[in-house]
Amino acid sequence: MCLAIPGRIEAILTEGELARTASVSFAGVRKTVNLTFVPQAQPGDYVIVHVGVAISQVDPQQAQQIFEDLKAIGDL
Amino acid sequence: MKYLTEYRDRHATERLAEKIRTVVTQPWVLMEVCGGQTHSIVKNALEQLLPASVQLVHGPGCPVCVTAAEILDQAIALAQRPDVILCSFGDMLRVPGSQQSLQAVKATGADVRMLYSPMDALAIARANPQRKVVFLAVGFETTGPATALALAQARQWRLNNFFVLLSHFLVPPAISTIVEGLNNRVQGFLAPGHVCAVTGIEPYQQLVARYRVPMVITGFEPVDILQGILCCVAQLERGEARVENPYRRVANDQGNARAQSLVNDVFEVSDQHWRGIGSIANSGLRLSPSYQMFNAVALLDTALPAASPSECISGDILQGIKKPKQCPHFGHRCRPEHPLGAPMVSSEGACAAYFNYQ
Ligand code: SF4
Repeated sequence: MCLAIPGRIEAILTEGELARTASVSFAGVRKTVNLTFVPQAQPGDYVIVHVGVAISQVDPQQAQQIFEDLKAIGDL
Repeated sequence: MKYLTEYRDRHATERLAEKIRTVVTQPWVLMEVCGGQTHSIVKNALEQLLPASVQLVHGPGCPVCVTAAEILDQAIALAQRPDVILCSFGDMLRVPGSQQSLQAVKATGADVRMLYSPMDALAIARANPQRKVVFLAVGFETTGPATALALAQARQWRLNNFFVLLSHFLVPPAISTIVEGLNNRVQGFLAPGHVCAVTGIEPYQQLVARYRVPMVITGFEPVDILQGILCCVAQLERGEARVENPYRRVANDQGNARAQSLVNDVFEVSDQHWRGIGSIANSGLRLSPSYQMFNAVALLDTALPAASPSECISGDILQGIKKPKQCPHFGHRCRPEHPLGAPMVSSEGACAAYFNYQ
């Protein structure tokens, strides 16, 4: 139920209070997603989508952090 | 797939597992709170990568599992009315209520529909103005914003044939119940990353301040889970207890302020009954006064069947006291085709995870 997966915003479909929606691609599968909670997200950005609603925008810098940490582990 | 595949990398998981082995000097018991994490752990056989001294127990974070049988009975009673279209997420249809499941009443002709999103329920309501559309809304803090959004839209559009049967749960009070439990063995928690993406880490800082147990905000892919375990055991080995957030790419420390504000508008915190566990103070949501017109409970007029005692020990499973295979019914009388309890049904239930992947 808390399954939420990252998808890439392809195009904004509608604007409006509670009604900002986009076409989001999940490895090629497109779905309409509500973007009310990520108002700053734009085409090209990745959002985390749960039951048709984006709850978060992926932070690309933070996404790299684990691999930096792993490199540090490798040096031990 | 970007932001998924790289967190499943075998080489990275093995390096993390190796690091965990070098850090651990004594036995530790950790709980992953969310059922999505449980499934990833069992499916990817992550326990086999860990030293024997690190034990994972599975937590209560499966909304389908903890939704009370009475709520299902209410949904079933509503579904049996000819003027009602009852909709919910797929897993809810198969969960046994006191006597039967929604799927069973669907087979006898009730209009029960499976949805992907609460927004779909609104579309059904708009397309069927002469019917009453009841959405059985289950979920944790991750799902609260989506349910709130559907309700706010229904109000904006003045829909008068859309109703919600609400079964929403809050995680931190359940963690308190587990830590305070007499049989508790859990020494550190992998906190649910998508719940925190909404709420932020502040509620978990309060739990750390109260109980001095490490809380590590953890994602769902193998690399995320092993990193969560590594942070957690490293804290325990050093005698520390704090909130650590290695899942910042998705869950920033503040959470999602817009989602929080809509949830606070639409709902109020209330006591909640957890199936198998019992009532937990302030662990649920109810509709706020300005949204009461959407409350499906008001549609109920029939008397509901009396609850029959259940043979399912889901309460012990969901609090990490027992593992699924310790249930005498596991794999015998209780199987996914004829579940005795909800954890054997849900795609996040611990019993289903063990049955399907082990
Ligand atoms: S195996 Fe079945 S009866 Fe036993 S705890 Fe799991 S769901 Fe309940």
